[in-house]
Amino acid sequence: MAENANAPAHFFITGDPLIYGADVAIVLCVLGIVFALTKLKKWKWLWTEWLTSVDHKKIGIMYFIASILMLFRGGVDALLMRIQLSVPNNHFLESEHYNQIFTTHGTIMILFVAMPLIFAFFNVAVPLQIGARDVAYPFLNAVSFWMFFFGALLFNLSFVIGGSPDAGWTSYPPLSGLEFDQGPGENFYLMGLSISGIGSLATGINFIVTIFKMRAPGMRLMDMPLFTWSVLASCLTILIAFPVLTVALALLAVDRLMGGHFFTMLHGGNPMMFINLFWMWGHPEVYIAVLPAFGIFSEVVSVFSRKKIFGYKSMVFSMILISIASYFTWAHHFFTMGAGADVNAFFAISTMAIGIPTGVKIFNWLFTMFRGRIELTQTMLWTVGFILCFVVAGATGVMLAVAPADYQYHNSYFLVAHFHQALIGGAVFGLFAGMYYWFPKMFGVILSERLGKWAFWLWNIGFYVCFMPQYALGFMGMTRRVYTYSPEMGWGNLNMVSTVGGFLMGIGFLFQGAQLVMAIIKPQRDLTGDPWNGHTLEWSIPSPAPLYNFAVLPEVKGRDAWLTEKKEMKKGSSKKKTLLVEDIHMPKNTGIPFVMAFFFFVAGFGLTMTYWWMGVVGLLGIVACLIARSNTSYEAEYWIPAQEVIDTEKQLRKGGSGDGVQTRIV
Amino acid sequence: MKRNLIKLLTVLGATALLASGCDSRYIMLHPVGPVAKTELDLIYFSILLIAVIVIPVLALLIFIVYRYRNKPGNKAKYMPEWEDNKVLEYVWWGIPILIIGILGYQTAKTTFVLTEPPVKDVKPITIQVTSLNWKWLFQYPDQKVATVNYVEIPAGVPVQFVLTADAPINSFWVPQLGGQEYAMPGMAMRLWLQADKPGTYYGSGANFTGEGFQHMKFEVVAKPQAEFDEWAKGIKQKAPALTMQGYEDLQKPGVLDNVQEFSSYPEGLFHDIVMKDGGQYMDMSKMEHDLLK
Repeated sequence: MAENANAPAHFFITGDPLIYGADVAIVLCVLGIVFALTKLKKWKWLWTEWLTSVDHKKIGIMYFIASILMLFRGGVDALLMRIQLSVPNNHFLESEHYNQIFTTHGTIMILFVAMPLIFAFFNVAVPLQIGARDVAYPFLNAVSFWMFFFGALLFNLSFVIGGSPDAGWTSYPPLSGLEFDQGPGENFYLMGLSISGIGSLATGINFIVTIFKMRAPGMRLMDMPLFTWSVLASCLTILIAFPVLTVALALLAVDRLMGGHFFTMLHGGNPMMFINLFWMWGHPEVYIAVLPAFGIFSEVVSVFSRKKIFGYKSMVFSMILISIASYFTWAHHFFTMGAGADVNAFFAISTMAIGIPTGVKIFNWLFTMFRGRIELTQTMLWTVGFILCFVVAGATGVMLAVAPADYQYHNSYFLVAHFHQALIGGAVFGLFAGMYYWFPKMFGVILSERLGKWAFWLWNIGFYVCFMPQYALGFMGMTRRVYTYSPEMGWGNLNMVSTVGGFLMGIGFLFQGAQLVMAIIKPQRDLTGDPWNGHTLEWSIPSPAPLYNFAVLPEVKGRDAWLTEKKEMKKGSSKKKTLLVEDIHMPKNTGIPFVMAFFFFVAGFGLTMTYWWMGVVGLLGIVACLIARSNTSYEAEYWIPAQEVIDTEKQLRKGGSGDGVQTRIV
Repeated sequence: MKRNLIKLLTVLGATALLASGCDSRYIMLHPVGPVAKTELDLIYFSILLIAVIVIPVLALLIFIVYRYRNKPGNKAKYMPEWEDNKVLEYVWWGIPILIIGILGYQTAKTTFVLTEPPVKDVKPITIQVTSLNWKWLFQYPDQKVATVNYVEIPAGVPVQFVLTADAPINSFWVPQLGGQEYAMPGMAMRLWLQADKPGTYYGSGANFTGEGFQHMKFEVVAKPQAEFDEWAKGIKQKAPALTMQGYEDLQKPGVLDNVQEFSSYPEGLFHDIVMKDGGQYMDMSKMEHDLLK
């Protein structure tokens, strides 16, 4: 072993034309952004409006943009792998690069795409749905975002500096230990995930408190929109699952950086312990990502079927049940680790049991559509596509839960196909539906239906073309994470088909990119604030929502608060409603979250590269930020005068929403 | 468009089914031993049970989306306020519970069955398997010979594979004989497999072990008992011995192009491998001494 096994062979990655190409692209992009910001004199705007913002709506938008960029990178990783696997004995990528790419693909897709995208919608929708002016801890919310951002940045830095991690996104020791994995690549994984993980945990806490303490007057728990319920279920899962990940990563980091022996083969270390800890987080993590998608579908299916959600109580109950049961299934990720028949039987049955509440949700969605009037807009299409896809994912999930059958499926392409179907068909489709649904609320612009339908069909056809052959490949004995295979196995044709499907999805993504570009250059504005005839409170205010969200906090009298209010307004349309506006108390912008997360980045980079002095600088910076915050927290808030609120409302409501609403100062 | 998609799916599904039925490359669907057969039967049973619920649900989805779509003049019933029905809810809590109950029972039963030797009246043979970076070492404690990257077994005889690793965690998988089990440093794990008829079967490492992982393939050659004995005797006479130095060379990271055979190996090698990588900290009663001969 080298003197310092964590040290990189070269500071910058060299020798690979793909990476040189990417380096050039990165430098050009950065220069382009710097030039544009300078030319347009936008630096100050960037700092005051975005980097220092504690507004949940802006934080939501930043999460959204970051995760779409990460989706691009994770998607390129996926396509590189598909090219490599499309024909037998391919030499497009060598083993070393292939291993790095599947590692970064998995890590990025789960932690830097799915997580920030759900957080984007937590931020965009939850405070508006419960009639609140912000989250419970706006400062902490900004900290969460910047921790995610700098964690993701640190992880992605491994692409050009020091080398990417290559032990799989699951990073099992001893493979990920110093003995078998030298250089800083694995440290980037550990530090990047640890830093962003702190952000995720803080988000979980923030939204639990927000939902429990900041609901509009009159809104009982059982009056909450189902998306808010799903966020609560997801956050409760985060609260218990993420600390486990933090501990697992910290112990592995101690092994690697300080010569510890928690998971090594020597001196009493036990690698199986890491695998248990990883999946105690990892399995609930799947539900953390998919529960909010369930919430989104529940909103969408009801709005676009022009009908109330069917079986609200069952929906709530099943989500909470899923959230609790998700803690009792982790060992199904390693039925083959020899835990014994009793343990395997328990985890097999507990895993299948999760299918019960999930199945109930499917029935309830179906019966929400039943006797409704279904409008197949792009948002609804993704929901229908989801049900089709997720039913199959659930079916193969139950098949995998059958422990003795899993001895055959384990680590095969059958498994690969299953979890992609659950995560794409469940979480990603749901988050796309959420994107189309709330985009008008985020930006005041509706995304193009025409381009969106192209994207939908490309994604959906591409999905089945890509992943159905992978189920079959599992039956042919193809294992995951092989970088190539020999022609006599007969895996070539199906792999080629799968690659074509992958590219269809990639083209679908380009259409979505085109939708975003069209939204900028030829925006179709939403002037009503309620383009879908929605049921919940976020549609009762203008799009995009004003800084303070609600000029006057709404009085809630039951479920579907905005639908009820609209009906009442129709009945008494002659009566003009008067809103009494008061001064509004709001949090001030602050640069501390950004600076503090930056110091986390510095410390993380220092530890990753074993530049200890840099680690110390980073940690001191973090402490300084904490002290600065403690000494300024008394001046962290301000009041918006009522007159200013009234002026803003008049300005915003010219378009039509809330016609007949009068405002006056108390 | 929707109909095209459904057509496409049906075609794809049917092709996959047909292809798998008669195509011997779908090795998992062509078991040659009792363990793989038991597992495949359970797979078919689970598919059948799940189909009972999945097919009606998908049919219902297509029907509902078609029948209740919003178009002018749609005469289908419209009940915007209808949001609850106790009987229906009991039905769809009940159906999955019933199905999972049946499947769960069958799963638990089979899980216990597979921990036993597949056949009780034939004396089993033991083979010790070590996953190395990036090759497989097989030791035959009864014959006192060793092979690398291929393994011979007598057909019709239950084989007790005892698995460990002197490298990162791997998984030992011979799809046509049965499911896999992890090979882990510091652990000795038991996996029962059996081939009913002579033949050559594909085996591979199934858990990622780093750069040379793709090369961790091996062949399982099943022969009638007499030929197997003959084969072992041949190796005993012709092949070189595996020395401690030889093992240490094997243990170094690297890929072998060919298979290797050894007429003997250092006494207690397997035991020592398990012990040096953490075996001494493990619960010995769980690892059972007969696995570590």
